Amino acid sequence: MSILVGKNTRLLVQGFTGSQATLHSEQSIEYGTNIVGGVTPGKGGQTHLDVPVFNSVHEAVESVQPNASIIFVPAQFCKDSILEAADAGIKLIICITEGVPTLDMLIVKKRIDELGITLIGPNCPGIITPGEAKLGIMPGSIHLQGSVGIISRSGTLTYEAVKQTTDLGLGQSTCVGIGGDPIPGTSFIDVLKMMEADDQTKAIVMVGEIGGTAEEEAADYIRENVSKPVISYIAGQTAPAGKRMGHAGAIIAGGKGTAADKIKKLKECGVHIAENLLQIGVKTKEVLG
Amino acid sequence: MNLHEYQGKELFAKFGLPVSKNKVITTADDAVNACRDIGGKKWVVKAQVHAGGRGKAGGVKLVSTPEEAVEFANHWLGKRLITYQTDSNGQLVNSILVEECTDIAKELYLSAVVDRGTQRIVFIGSSEGGVNIEEVAENTPEKIIYEPIDPLTGPMGFQSRKISKVLGLDKEQSKQFSKMLPQLTDLFTAHDLSLLEINPLVITQGGKLHCLDAKINIDSNAVYRQPEIQAMHDPSQEDPRESEAAMSDLSYVSLDGNIGCMVNGAGLAMGTMDTIKYFGGSPANFLDVGGTATQERVSKAFKLILADPEVKVVLVNIFGGIVRCDLIAEGILAAIEEVGVSIPVVVRLEGNNADIGSNTLAESSAEIVSLNNLEDAAKKAVELSK
Repeated sequence: MSILVGKNTRLLVQGFTGSQATLHSEQSIEYGTNIVGGVTPGKGGQTHLDVPVFNSVHEAVESVQPNASIIFVPAQFCKDSILEAADAGIKLIICITEGVPTLDMLIVKKRIDELGITLIGPNCPGIITPGEAKLGIMPGSIHLQGSVGIISRSGTLTYEAVKQTTDLGLGQSTCVGIGGDPIPGTSFIDVLKMMEADDQTKAIVMVGEIGGTAEEEAADYIRENVSKPVISYIAGQTAPAGKRMGHAGAIIAGGKGTAADKIKKLKECGVHIAENLLQIGVKTKEVLG
Repeated sequence: MNLHEYQGKELFAKFGLPVSKNKVITTADDAVNACRDIGGKKWVVKAQVHAGGRGKAGGVKLVSTPEEAVEFANHWLGKRLITYQTDSNGQLVNSILVEECTDIAKELYLSAVVDRGTQRIVFIGSSEGGVNIEEVAENTPEKIIYEPIDPLTGPMGFQSRKISKVLGLDKEQSKQFSKMLPQLTDLFTAHDLSLLEINPLVITQGGKLHCLDAKINIDSNAVYRQPEIQAMHDPSQEDPRESEAAMSDLSYVSLDGNIGCMVNGAGLAMGTMDTIKYFGGSPANFLDVGGTATQERVSKAFKLILADPEVKVVLVNIFGGIVRCDLIAEGILAAIEEVGVSIPVVVRLEGNNADIGSNTLAESSAEIVSLNNLEDAAKKAVELSK
């Protein structure tokens, strides 16, 4: 199996005709993803990358029945685009765009929870089930179909974990980049739950970073609910307190959310810690035996 | 983005919140008129910088003559105020807030933040104000209330009463607070705040609630839709390199070490810093060049890194993703030539066409060490930094 995306995914691309969306859609199609159409208001009726363009998600749903949507629109329009996809009945939405205002996400998150929708992101690399479908901006070539599920708040750190598990021949079941924003659509816990239930996933790599308490909450969940081995790396062990390191997620405030706090808590909850970025793959292999 | 106290108080006043009569001055001579316009016999003068802990550092003073206010302004204007919240250089004082003196009966604490856990705006209140709230939270958690606001309903009366109880307000004050809570929430949402803190919120001798301080942070993702806030931006309060980076859409934070870092992605940038420390080195900065490391961005990044005289070696760690590494390599070379880099550069490229990219770098005449795994690259950079 795998989680969230696979051979049956019928993907819609919002903001389809923009340069980023075009580049990444081409790559996704080449990887084997079934893109059934795109949306760019005002450009309905055109054909782009050999699939139809629609003026709205509702029109696309009627014509080509997508079951997932990926969003590349500029940050100021993401709230509208996510809620449009939600209103049109799409149950899996991936928002790649970074820079979405936090208060927009407060409203969006409440609404998608009410509707029972899975939103991945914003500010994330997307999801990939190696060998089946790539919904995102990650480089397909570093992935290998396999047994490790990867969840991460950071894009390029996910690639690092992927590359290491590929080089060691372990491969990945599904990789989910949940994004580094303060209010992500999907949490570590949401993905852990899915990976625990997935037959293909034998071990889970959780890549976290300083700021917030998402890793601590995930640790509690793991102790109670996850039987599969979990390996974690926390970035920002040497970041000075009080300095903001790029991600909205990466803020240390009031002694909470430091790498040391997170690592301590994860260890207490039975999570295997990769002390260094370079050891994610090796540690995973060691744990899997 | 941060605001000054006086700017925060302007916003407070706009939303109907009780603040002291005040004037902002930028020259010492203006202090006399400011005191006269405000009236009264005592004033509080406060150095305006983007940092807390001003009182303990001498940046806040109670004065009883306009001359004393002038003296204070003369002392601080143009100087840097160092508090426990600033770095060792302190923050430049460009303006002074002159306020009417408030007779305080009791100091309380009130703030609002976007809470990741509840995914709501949460008000935090305590009867223990004017002190380090983190200590209160740790030692006497029962003295603190966390009240999340539902975005659908906004703050409700019962929530105002709950907070009032913990703050220890009497009936009249509770009534006053029931008006303030919606005003604060409106301010928070109308201007896309990420933090609003009133420390202290005081009860005056006259028994009224009064906002004695105003600390406001704005969500940087939302500044584009806040023209009024943009006009309040004060670049003198930021590290010049950090603000220059922000102008080029680079994320840069200066640190104390001597290994300049250029990485794509914030997480990997922190991971790279960790790796440098792991091998005994010390990073000079955090720098995220973003997902697409174009020549222009790489040039900018090199300029920023090299502006730091401590830097002895630059470690470039790019996980190419979809951007081809051979193109990134060409960008790095062009940038090195454009900027005139004279210290060693260690480059680790990974991703599509990484081999071609590494060869391009290896064959160039520039002083570049190209290594294709992070461990070797980090070790090399540490070695060259010693």
